[in-house]
Amino acid sequence: MTLILDYDAGNLGSVKRACSEVGLQAEFSASPDAVARAERIIFPGVGAAGPAMQSLQQRGLGDALKTAIAKGTPVLGICLGMQVSLDYSEEGGTQTLGLIAGQVQRFKLNRPELKIPHMGWNEVVVKQSHPLLAGIEPGDEFYFVHGYYPKPTSDDHVLAVTDYEGAFACALGKDNYVGTQFHPEKSGRVGLRLIENFARWNGVWESPAHPNGVNNAE
Amino acid sequence: MLSKRVVACLDVRDGHLAKSVKFVNTKNIGDPIEKAREYYLDGLDELVFYDITASSDKRNIMLDVVEAVASQVFIPLSVGGGIRSVADATDLRLAGAEKINVNSAAVARPDLIDECSNAVGDQNIVLSMDVQRVEKSAEQPSGYEIVINGGRTPTGRDALDWALEGEARGAGELVVNSIDADGTRDGYDIPLTAMIAEAVRIPVIASGGAGLPAHLHEVLTEGRADAALVASMVHYGDYQVSGLKQYLHEQGLKIRMSW
Repeated sequence: MTLILDYDAGNLGSVKRACSEVGLQAEFSASPDAVARAERIIFPGVGAAGPAMQSLQQRGLGDALKTAIAKGTPVLGICLGMQVSLDYSEEGGTQTLGLIAGQVQRFKLNRPELKIPHMGWNEVVVKQSHPLLAGIEPGDEFYFVHGYYPKPTSDDHVLAVTDYEGAFACALGKDNYVGTQFHPEKSGRVGLRLIENFARWNGVWESPAHPNGVNNAE
Repeated sequence: MLSKRVVACLDVRDGHLAKSVKFVNTKNIGDPIEKAREYYLDGLDELVFYDITASSDKRNIMLDVVEAVASQVFIPLSVGGGIRSVADATDLRLAGAEKINVNSAAVARPDLIDECSNAVGDQNIVLSMDVQRVEKSAEQPSGYEIVINGGRTPTGRDALDWALEGEARGAGELVVNSIDADGTRDGYDIPLTAMIAEAVRIPVIASGGAGLPAHLHEVLTEGRADAALVASMVHYGDYQVSGLKQYLHEQGLKIRMSW
């Protein structure tokens, strides 16, 4: 069973509907036991980092997630669900789960015509091949809504980048964990393809030595 | 860089698709669920449902329509019309709406914007403004006035001032709908759109008046809009969403071209 982690993080129906569309049976749960038993976990989220972390910790879900990840359960974080996988978020000065080394930062943009949040369709440029991103072609765009972006310490964890006055990491991966800043459930056919890829993924991935540097937006 | 968005608006009355000309004489032109799916498959970037149901006892039909569309259409879905409370917004979010549009009720009680943006997030609250051209005056220095109740009731409120207040109160996006241009197919109100887009730091969706592909190009360049809303020009089959996007792409705009 695929579990969609339900921790009061907003509207999760769209994630479940997208799972159904690709034939993935998924159920909502906020129980640490269900997290421990799940075959795979989708960790969505909208809203702010502080309240999300509080809700996760109150329910004992932070530790449950870490345990599930340690034993190899494939996990997909989406948007805020991905952001809390890093060490720290500038949003509300929040300590987060620390699954991937790095921080989440607020966009600081110079061009006045660029708006915050970064909202709309933007191109996702794959930097490292990963089963999650199979079939994603150059020029494919995904739907984003966010004012903060992840900045992992190591490029080894950057699967893909997007340009918004400089490249930022829009997909992260480490072992059996993957996360996207964009919303695959709102990104049409390519987004559904990504969810289908996750549904088929056994959780095995190793970052090849990665030669292309990533210039994070400052 | 973000792509410019092509947004289709479906006016829904009692669960059916309607389209107005200058906000009166609405005609029933088909099944909103079928149209939504058709546009989605043809590359639409975002869908707006506007509930123009007059009687409150039929309001719940809209929740069913939203739910049915959300299970078949995997792009952002925005819903408006008759939203008066956080509970209305939450119901629609649970039914599958990504974004909630507030309009007349927010003019009557601006705190609605703050309440909704606190409840469901700034980025999910769209302030939809119906605007008419007026003589510049002390009350309306921009020369544009906010009208409510589907364009029937002038409010005396300056449109630019309202846009800025909406942004300050937490709206994440604006729909700027010209009721002078609505349904005419003569083109968007470019000065109106540009004035507001230059004044705010949130995205602006231009609405009202699209009749030709060149109108979209004009409003997305000269009009400084982030997105162009279309209705009649696609509902009646004169143009296809994919054709509009192909045209804009050929004109050099950044447009999502694979779907």
